[in-house]
Amino acid sequence: MTEVYRTDALIAEDIDAYLDAHQHKTMLRFITCGSVDDGKSTLIGRLLYDSRMIFEDQLATLEADSRRLGTQGEAMDFALLVDGLAAEREQGITIDVAYRFFATEKRKFIVADTPGHEQYTRNMVTGASTADLAVILIDARKGVLTQTRRHSYLAHLLGIRHLVLAVNKMDLVGYDRAVFDRIVADYRAFADSIGITDFTAIPISGLAGDNITSRSTATPWYAGPALLEHLEEVELDQTADQRSPFRMQVQWVNRPDLDFRGFAGTIASGQVRKGDGIRVLPSGKTSAIARIVTADGEPEAAVAGAAVTLCFTDEIDCSRGQIVTAAQSPVETADQFEATLIWMDEDAMVPGRAYWLKIGPLTVSASVAAPKYQVNVNTMEHLAAKTLDLNAIGVVNVTTDRDIPFAPYAECRDLGGFILIDKRTNRTLGAGLIHFALRRSQNIHWQATDIGREHHAAMKNQTPMVLWMTGLSGSGKSTIANLVEKKLARMNRHTFLLDGDNVRHGLNKDLGFTDADRVENIRRVGEVAKLMVDAGLIVITAFISPFRAEREMVRNMMQPGEFVEIFIDTPLEEAEARDVKGLYAKARAGKLKNFTGIDSPYEVPENPHLRIDTTSMSPEDAADLIISRLIP
Amino acid sequence: MSIITLTHLQRLEAEAIHIMREVVCEAEKPVMLYSVGKDSAVMLHLAKKAFFPAPPSFPLLHVDTTWKFRDMYALRDRAARKAGMQLIVHQNPEALRQGINPFDHGSLHTDMWKTEGLKQALDLHGFDAAFGGARRDEEKSRAKERIFSFRTASHRWDPKNQRPELWRSYNARKNRGESMRVFPLSNWTELDIWQYIHLEQIEIVPLYYAAERPTVMRDGLLLMVDDDRFPLNGEKPVMRSVRFRTLGCYPLTGAVESRAQTLPEIIQEMLLTTTSERQGRAIDHDQAASMEKKKQEGYF
Repeated sequence: MTEVYRTDALIAEDIDAYLDAHQHKTMLRFITCGSVDDGKSTLIGRLLYDSRMIFEDQLATLEADSRRLGTQGEAMDFALLVDGLAAEREQGITIDVAYRFFATEKRKFIVADTPGHEQYTRNMVTGASTADLAVILIDARKGVLTQTRRHSYLAHLLGIRHLVLAVNKMDLVGYDRAVFDRIVADYRAFADSIGITDFTAIPISGLAGDNITSRSTATPWYAGPALLEHLEEVELDQTADQRSPFRMQVQWVNRPDLDFRGFAGTIASGQVRKGDGIRVLPSGKTSAIARIVTADGEPEAAVAGAAVTLCFTDEIDCSRGQIVTAAQSPVETADQFEATLIWMDEDAMVPGRAYWLKIGPLTVSASVAAPKYQVNVNTMEHLAAKTLDLNAIGVVNVTTDRDIPFAPYAECRDLGGFILIDKRTNRTLGAGLIHFALRRSQNIHWQATDIGREHHAAMKNQTPMVLWMTGLSGSGKSTIANLVEKKLARMNRHTFLLDGDNVRHGLNKDLGFTDADRVENIRRVGEVAKLMVDAGLIVITAFISPFRAEREMVRNMMQPGEFVEIFIDTPLEEAEARDVKGLYAKARAGKLKNFTGIDSPYEVPENPHLRIDTTSMSPEDAADLIISRLIP
Repeated sequence: MSIITLTHLQRLEAEAIHIMREVVCEAEKPVMLYSVGKDSAVMLHLAKKAFFPAPPSFPLLHVDTTWKFRDMYALRDRAARKAGMQLIVHQNPEALRQGINPFDHGSLHTDMWKTEGLKQALDLHGFDAAFGGARRDEEKSRAKERIFSFRTASHRWDPKNQRPELWRSYNARKNRGESMRVFPLSNWTELDIWQYIHLEQIEIVPLYYAAERPTVMRDGLLLMVDDDRFPLNGEKPVMRSVRFRTLGCYPLTGAVESRAQTLPEIIQEMLLTTTSERQGRAIDHDQAASMEKKKQEGYF
């Protein structure tokens, strides 16, 4: 076995020379794809072992574990070195993304070790997002499998530039060249079909150590590099990214005093030099680089991957989330995109629901339309889909609440990759890769009108607002809403009542009761209520509106303070006992699907402006209370 | 156009700076946990770089056990002063009252001073993001830790429910009471830390360098008798040339015999040695996956 470190003598004799050499190492990040059966953990364990990243005490633990849990008989089970969490060690599979480190004389390596099974697609996507290179492992005895295709598709989708096809367990097929050649030919046919133009195939044995650190004598017919030689030579993203135009997302404005104003960020692509003309997006303002500031002095130039602070020659507005670009090659801005979306949460995507979208440092509100199609990650076929479940990948249109600067993901990961975040739980729900902007919204301009909303309100001599009543079916919303409107009419207030049932006879007659349709129902009602508030009316609504996210969506459509949430609080047993419309009986009998409170959830308001307890208050009293508390 | 290839240390530095800037923009009240060890020294150095020419806007927090080496307390106060940052020292009042110590109380010592002490300090000051110097190469369960690690309102870590972390994009959003632990040195190895300290000439506690020190053997660990609280029962400490690869409470931190008196010599020794870093800490030896358990309970 050849050692990766051939430098023991140097370390012992001239540590200063060694340190000097090692301060000039570069760094490569890669991902290994494959399952336990393909010998993935064994391969990584082998790389760590051969590059001396395993210490004696860890080795002792490994030997003990190998005897207790190992699958290699008396031999050392390298896989046990890298399977971290207790749960996984018991199940014998790698569940999460684990990061490992090793180094050779030329490079430091960060390996993202991710699980291979389909139910862990999100983990692989996570690991692939930061990788320069992917090692796709194949068992020489089995050839190209469904999972090989899935892993290759995902690596390619996430924009990994270099693919290595590691045909493993060559020792078990007698190092047969014909076996290797056949697998490579099979793989090439598949790779061509999904647009992978280039890959490097290497015959290896992780267990025996063939072609890992140096070329093996067991495969004299193979003339290419050993795995590690290839990893040491392949071009880094940090290098390749420098050939693109200069782009930097502004992370933080550094303003310690009135004399200094710098824009801090990590350069996403290209190079920037003192004196270069720049443009800030989305404002489009231009200036030039006055200084590049770092704690180690002011360099003449900075490149992709560096974290810097830029000072401009002019005082132009620029803040977190904006993008500084080369003046001659600005990026686009848009508020509608087509994107590939990878769903990563247990709860399925809800079309139309408002999520946070974070792209680089910028967070905006966004919604996703029903998928155009879902991709079967095993066959790459396009399937019809109404939503995306955990680990599903689909192509969707995304709409943001304002214009954001971006670049297609294929051009720049930082400017084209985004995450979606749940507004209530703050979980990361999915990852998106922007394809291109949809032009529709740019072609519909807002028409300014001379008589504004303040004028409408002043003519009616009232404060427009939405009294939004939410609660279970049969809780008394419609009854109370009706009473409130009658009392307001007596007070000469101009009102309009939007009732759930009534709206479904017209405006929303095309909608059903699935989660997605409920979201769209509320969105439309919200837009109508907004128009009426603009017209100066007091709008009273009576909708079950069971989800917090949609009530929040309507609140965000209105001006601050205009949306008044009233929780008509009737316990389920009470509402079901009343069952005015006989709907609970039908739902219980299974004749009515997705009925709130029975087989669809109701999310109780956390901070309503007013809670009406209908078990202790009559509808008359409730209406009086609402008016006295909420109407100025 | 000439291509400039960044070295691995330059890239690790840039990544840590990016992470720190992100926290300062997204968190309401961040704090940097400062344990006075070499990783803390590197983290503090990076914080100064990240916001230059402004000073870091957050304070340093030392969760003290009253059992650290005397040299550590000296450097702690000096480093904070030099950085122009506020230093908050928290000692768990309950542990202080009960006189909890590593000689009589075993694992309770770590539980009360460190785990409980940290939670108390974060709650007391309302910090919603805390930088820690943990690295993924230290221990197997840490290899899967996120850079932005979400903690519930009761400071628990759920290894099964971690947020996916893609690209350089970090989700730092949380509800009231919940918090983040953030690890800017996640992708550094022990060798990277030493090389960086060497290259940047960062001041570290002298205990990392070999010197003649009074020592005794206890349970296979070579311990330094740093003050007269160490129960000797008549045993006379032996002067040995030792140094420490990692620093914690002095009665729990094993020394290694060494003659390395300069950073290159330390790195040389490290590269030629065959024992991993956490070996010197008594805390990990309980059982496999012990660190994972401690983390779920809120240990950093």
